[in-house]
Amino acid sequence: MKEETYRRPAPGQDHPPNDSPGYKSTARRAPSRPAVVLPHSLSEITGPSQRAARLDSGENDLTRQRMGEPLGERIIVQGRVLDQDGKPVPEALVEIWQCNAAGRYHHPGDQHDAPLDPNFYGGGRVRADADGAYKFVTIKPGAYPWKNHHNAWRPAHIHFSLFGPAFATRLITQMYFPSDPLLSFDPIYNSVPEGARARLQAAFDMEATQPEWALAYRFDIVLRGRNATPMENV
Amino acid sequence: MSRALTPSQTIGPFYFGTIINAYRQDLASQGVAGERLQIELSLHDADGAIVPDGLFEIWQANSHGRYDHPDDRRNLPLDPGFDGFGRASTDTTGRATFSTIKPGRVPWPAGGLQAPHINVSVFARGVLNRLATRLYFEGDPELAEDPVLKLVESTRRATLIAKRDASGIWRLPIHLGGAHETVFFDC
Ligand SMILES: [Fe+3]
Repeated sequence: MKEETYRRPAPGQDHPPNDSPGYKSTARRAPSRPAVVLPHSLSEITGPSQRAARLDSGENDLTRQRMGEPLGERIIVQGRVLDQDGKPVPEALVEIWQCNAAGRYHHPGDQHDAPLDPNFYGGGRVRADADGAYKFVTIKPGAYPWKNHHNAWRPAHIHFSLFGPAFATRLITQMYFPSDPLLSFDPIYNSVPEGARARLQAAFDMEATQPEWALAYRFDIVLRGRNATPMENV
Repeated sequence: MSRALTPSQTIGPFYFGTIINAYRQDLASQGVAGERLQIELSLHDADGAIVPDGLFEIWQANSHGRYDHPDDRRNLPLDPGFDGFGRASTDTTGRATFSTIKPGRVPWPAGGLQAPHINVSVFARGVLNRLATRLYFEGDPELAEDPVLKLVESTRRATLIAKRDASGIWRLPIHLGGAHETVFFDC
């Protein structure tokens, strides 16, 4: 039997370190010992790709999940799910969640003194097409304060969840907006190695804007690719 | 054209309804073959404090040892009503429960079979990268020969092995740090 395996990220180049002192919650939640390197077996090269999950057609439009339209700036967020070779990850399930335009999550744990919007729930999902392309319609999330340090504010962001083809490719991340002045102050964004941070910023996409209706942003997501040389299995 | 990886970020505290409600904690509908299991995972920080805002995902083979995935091309039966994926957030006591069936054994690339195991992903506020670990079952005779457990220092293997309590529930505490820090895998 021949099985392919997924490339491992180069240490320190792509992902944040687990222990990132500026982000205080990591102090007691970051494992202190190095992860044990696990050769890829069927357990790692298979994964919950969610092919069977049935999605409603409107789940990618976060402005139409309630009785009326949410307040805020309507935006389109679209992009492609790719692997490191630039090949599309077809039919990837993309999930997002975000706060409303005022910076408040529809979540019982969010105590920020900003209004809830009865017309905005803030969660959506979509299945990418055969070319890896996905599209959401939503409103631009607000910045919100958090308790990490004095006067700490999260830059506007949308949380993204991707399964990809394998257990090894599972990724949860956040998308930020270009030129946000809060980015340089945010310990979560800045936990990412400097050379990789900008990959979390969406690009303003003039071509995809819709006149009289919405601005658009492009956010491509790149998951781990397969090794070029398939591993020979007994 | 080669592309650079998208970096990981924390799930944060406010992941919610959409990514939880759409999935069952009950993985195996009636009629799915295999030994029924109740599993309780709990999440703890380096001080031993419970983590009430974490998320667990599990991924497992069916009772025949077959993964419901196109890259598992072995001629073994798939079970309608069982895709092997579960997701649950921790509750106010740091726990999450799943009901499922015991996975069969799956092969190891260098030959032989692995002991029955469930693959686990851990997400939480303060956790910047997905943490991957495994759940094995105490008392399985196959544990002694498992190629993955052999990669782990013997003193730390117990962090991967669930124990069955008097009520029949398989429990595995997952510690993000501290003296009982769970073994996580770079997978
Ligand atoms: Fe957030």
